[in-house]
Amino acid sequence: MGRYVVQRLGQMVPVVIGTTFLIYALVWALPGDPFAAKCGDRPCPQRYIDRMTAEYNLDDPLPLAYLKYMGNLVTGDFGQTFTGASIADELLQRYPTTLQLTALAILVEVVIGIAAGVLAGIRRGGFLDNLVLVSTLVVVSIPVFVTGLLAQIMFGVRLGWFPVTSDGSLFSLVLPAIVLGSLSLAFVARLVRANLVENLRTDYVRTAIAKGLTRQRVIGVHTLRNSLIPVVTFVGADFGGLLGGAVVVEGIFNIPGVGNMIFRGINAHEGGTVTAAVTVLVLVFLLVNLVVDLLYAVLDPRIRHV
Amino acid sequence: MPVSPRRSVVLGTVALALALGACGGGDDSSDAAGESANTVTVRGCNPQNPFVPANTNEVCGGDILDQVFSFLISYDPDTGDMANEIAADISSDDSQVWTITLEEGWTFHDGSPVTASSFVDAWNWAALGSNATLNSYFFEPIQGYADVQGEFDPESGEYVEGSAAAETMSGLQVVDDLTFTVTLSQPESQFSLRLGYTAFAPLPQAFFDDPEAFGQHPIGTGPFQFESWEPNIDVRLTAYPDYAGDVQPSIDGAIYRIYENDDAAYNDLQADQLDIMPLLPTSALAGNTYQIDLGDRYIRRPTGVTETITFAPVSVDDRFEDPRLRQAISMAIDRQTIVDTIFSGARTPATSWSIPQVVPGAVPDTCGDFCTYNETAAQALYAQTDGIEGPIALSFNGDSDHNGWVTAVCNNITDVLGIECVPSPVVDLATFRDLITNREMGGIFRTGWQMDYPSLENFLVPLYATGASANDGDYHNQAFDDAVNEAATLGGVPGIARYLEAERMLAADMPAIPLWHRVNIAGYSTHVDNVRITVFQTVDLLSVTTTG
Amino acid sequence: MSRPTIPDQVVPPPARAGGRRAAGRGVRPGRTRRGRPRGGGHAASTPHSLAGDAWRDLRRSPVFLISAAIIVVLVAMAAAPGLFTSTDPEACDLAFSRQPPSASAWFGYDLQGCDMYARTVYGARASILVGVLTTIGIAVVGSVIGMIAGYHGGWLDTLLSRVTDMFFAVPMLLGAIIVLATFPSTVQTPAWQTIGKVVLALGVLGWTTVARLMRSTVIQVKQAEYVQAARGLGAGSRRVLLRHVLPNAVAPVVVYSTIILGVFVVLEATLSFLGIGLRPPVISWGIAISEARAYIRQSPHMLLFPGAFLSVTVLAFIMLGDAVRDAFDPRLR
Repeated sequence: MGRYVVQRLGQMVPVVIGTTFLIYALVWALPGDPFAAKCGDRPCPQRYIDRMTAEYNLDDPLPLAYLKYMGNLVTGDFGQTFTGASIADELLQRYPTTLQLTALAILVEVVIGIAAGVLAGIRRGGFLDNLVLVSTLVVVSIPVFVTGLLAQIMFGVRLGWFPVTSDGSLFSLVLPAIVLGSLSLAFVARLVRANLVENLRTDYVRTAIAKGLTRQRVIGVHTLRNSLIPVVTFVGADFGGLLGGAVVVEGIFNIPGVGNMIFRGINAHEGGTVTAAVTVLVLVFLLVNLVVDLLYAVLDPRIRHV
Repeated sequence: MPVSPRRSVVLGTVALALALGACGGGDDSSDAAGESANTVTVRGCNPQNPFVPANTNEVCGGDILDQVFSFLISYDPDTGDMANEIAADISSDDSQVWTITLEEGWTFHDGSPVTASSFVDAWNWAALGSNATLNSYFFEPIQGYADVQGEFDPESGEYVEGSAAAETMSGLQVVDDLTFTVTLSQPESQFSLRLGYTAFAPLPQAFFDDPEAFGQHPIGTGPFQFESWEPNIDVRLTAYPDYAGDVQPSIDGAIYRIYENDDAAYNDLQADQLDIMPLLPTSALAGNTYQIDLGDRYIRRPTGVTETITFAPVSVDDRFEDPRLRQAISMAIDRQTIVDTIFSGARTPATSWSIPQVVPGAVPDTCGDFCTYNETAAQALYAQTDGIEGPIALSFNGDSDHNGWVTAVCNNITDVLGIECVPSPVVDLATFRDLITNREMGGIFRTGWQMDYPSLENFLVPLYATGASANDGDYHNQAFDDAVNEAATLGGVPGIARYLEAERMLAADMPAIPLWHRVNIAGYSTHVDNVRITVFQTVDLLSVTTTG
Repeated sequence: MSRPTIPDQVVPPPARAGGRRAAGRGVRPGRTRRGRPRGGGHAASTPHSLAGDAWRDLRRSPVFLISAAIIVVLVAMAAAPGLFTSTDPEACDLAFSRQPPSASAWFGYDLQGCDMYARTVYGARASILVGVLTTIGIAVVGSVIGMIAGYHGGWLDTLLSRVTDMFFAVPMLLGAIIVLATFPSTVQTPAWQTIGKVVLALGVLGWTTVARLMRSTVIQVKQAEYVQAARGLGAGSRRVLLRHVLPNAVAPVVVYSTIILGVFVVLEATLSFLGIGLRPPVISWGIAISEARAYIRQSPHMLLFPGAFLSVTVLAFIMLGDAVRDAFDPRLR
């Protein structure tokens, strides 16, 4: 297994280099001079554009600009945004918030998703099963900005149960996390349900029931335990997705998160900002998935790493 | 029940992430209302540049700097009229050599006194080519501006050291501690009017010692001093006890909470978690919903922003050469209905290129019938022309909320004149402006103008003088150029009359169609009172009081 | 904008999680891997083939019938909107702006004073086209890449898998802006091109899950006796791939696709919300929904009708995918 880990870690290097280059090149390819919009509806002084262009190596050929950027990155210099703020500081500020939000969202989808999946799976085809199917799918089929806005107006402004926007506290992230987590609810519920249905038919469950164990115990201890394996994998994948994919929810609830940073970076044509934010994202994502893969083998002896 | 390994893994991961988050989340932004009951929260946004006056040309940073700095003159929040602030006297006999005397007793927030050199040095720094500031063109009229520009290496884009003929502008001379003179390269009667703009702020010695540190923590002369800036969270200001202005602020401080999203800010405002929002979003304006939400806690105020449609230069698109055609298109636009339905009253229909509600001396109706919706007249005028071939694109930047009115205007043009008008979004402002600046944009496109200072000159010269920086349609009219040049030398009432004459010439040529002028609708919470909004769409924090 | 993932280099257990898509759906690969080999002619003719069983099941499934009926109606709407309304969706009058539903306009009017019912009916075409074309695109591209990676193995597999990782990492938004900005629209741009650009924008980064899915199933199918046998009998790579591997590995992709199709329709709406999706004069539900966003409180009908159509479409495709999956899963019979 040690060899496997080393191998996987080794493969991360080209992926990270490739990803950073790809993203840097893409931002590079955005049409329009990034400084053309800095003066609103009038053209900027040419001197200003020249200075900024030189400062951010935008007049070098792409590979050279990329190499300069990576050289700085390797020495720990993440560079500055066009605002003059340190990108590293911004990452340090935003990643914790994003991690909190993601973790809460995962908690929501895991807890509610498993509960719904179990309820649905106990009696396949029953009323609860269909209810869970339809309700989770309805949530998925509504665009997230609609659910987000409605939840904010309803629970934040009208009922006052939650802060309307993020004030930096963990509690203010609860409502956005519920909105975000509800997107993956359907998937977790479906996963649990399907596995539960299968596992309920296995020999060992039949044996357990024959031995006279209660239904709760059979489901809770024997069946659910095995049905959760895919959920763990899914959560690993989802973690990476939610980290950067929360742009809309972050906007609605005014959360200073990474998604927003990437979005703004793209709009402002800030290659450095986007690349740095996404690179960290990729690293977290690859690591989380490596951990999940490893846990997988640890948890289920039938799985071996090759 | 024993915790299964799997569950502990999931919970462990979550707990780890929460813990990681908790470590880094060291922000102290507590209640929206702030620590002190006498502090107000204002909707803010992320500044686009460091907090240096010469490099701040947008509202997010400008909002803050206008509170932190005082200027030679100030503009009345209600009328836009200028009054001396730091200046004791600004005078000139010939509109070319200006003598500026300062009031005694003004200090920077670090305690150092404001002197004539605080201004002269700041302006020289802003104009110096090697500093390449965003606002450098404000200093262009000053004698010696060209000498300090120097050269940039066309290859590397970097400044060539020592290439400037001079380090300072010859037109700026310090007479004594409180007096300096400004010599312009040609007479400009309205020169003093612009001295209240952010770019003309005085700077303390601390700035020249370390401009970068200053950009993160500006030191000004205004009623409020800069306390802290946490990017993406807030900017905090506290009242400056030694403020030398006539009116002292009644609040202890202000927190500009940064929002990326208008609706989020508005929902906070409704929940009393935000005190002042200078610009309400469309979702609140529609159907006058804000009046239901806020009662009478709102303000409507005309501002110095006007919106126009510009015709592509003939060199790019020659279909619009005939002025009658432009006038016909202008008359086909039902401004009032669009203002009522799309903007819910947050605009007033324009009948002139300058804004009479805001600019001293400006008058309505310089555009006259050509800016009044008249279906039959538009059709009749259009019939006299050769017409337009093919569909015309009305281009706009798709990253802002322009789609609604652009579609409505296009529908007007199509319905009234039978020309196929197609709303054409360009992906973002950078690309949009690039296309216009490089003269690659055909058809017609949206243009806007936010005044730098309330003066007729500012609405005419930068936009329509031959070769001017924002003359996107390459408008050229010698009579117009002569008129504005002469008006600049005349000054006073005759000068204004001459400017108005120039503005009326635009009606005959119609280089750009006036659409509407922006009206600010601001809202505030139950915690504050006496909220006033300036013509620059910023909050007048000097007048705000708290109720609790 | 997350994209689905499948951890690689793990020999899968009998059941394994599959990918997911931005809005949180995915599919479980390998559901048919225990099924009997299908395809290749010989299996399909057997009276009790899996496909045959599945089809019999499907015809009896109310979920399948309902969702199929909805999809037929929607496709008809997309193909011939004129059958459903005689109102011109382009005939707008600001005087009617945002008026609520009434006898003269069942769905009310939108901001420009256009008839919402007509706009909704005409919007079906662009929305469904985006969904279907994007899905086909990513299914084909992803399958080819995944099949090559899985079947060939070795360095080519490592290379393609790592490339997939890289594409996975690029934010959807960035890709979308690049595509939409690289091919800017002009006045003369016909509607199909605008739609094509959105399809490209969504598809260019959307294929990674299919590739992972395909790769993992191909790796399993490759080991199966009948594939080994075919190879042993001297069949060429292409023949083995097309006649034996593909038919047995394609099921998860098909199932995934039905689900992801709905997601693309939602994503198009989200892109429009962010200001980079479809643009007028193209009519789509996404545009209508994003325009209605600012008026949720004052004119909920502007959101409700296109939103409901969108939800029903997504639901129909998801249920169809669900029914198909259940029918094709040998372990559930």
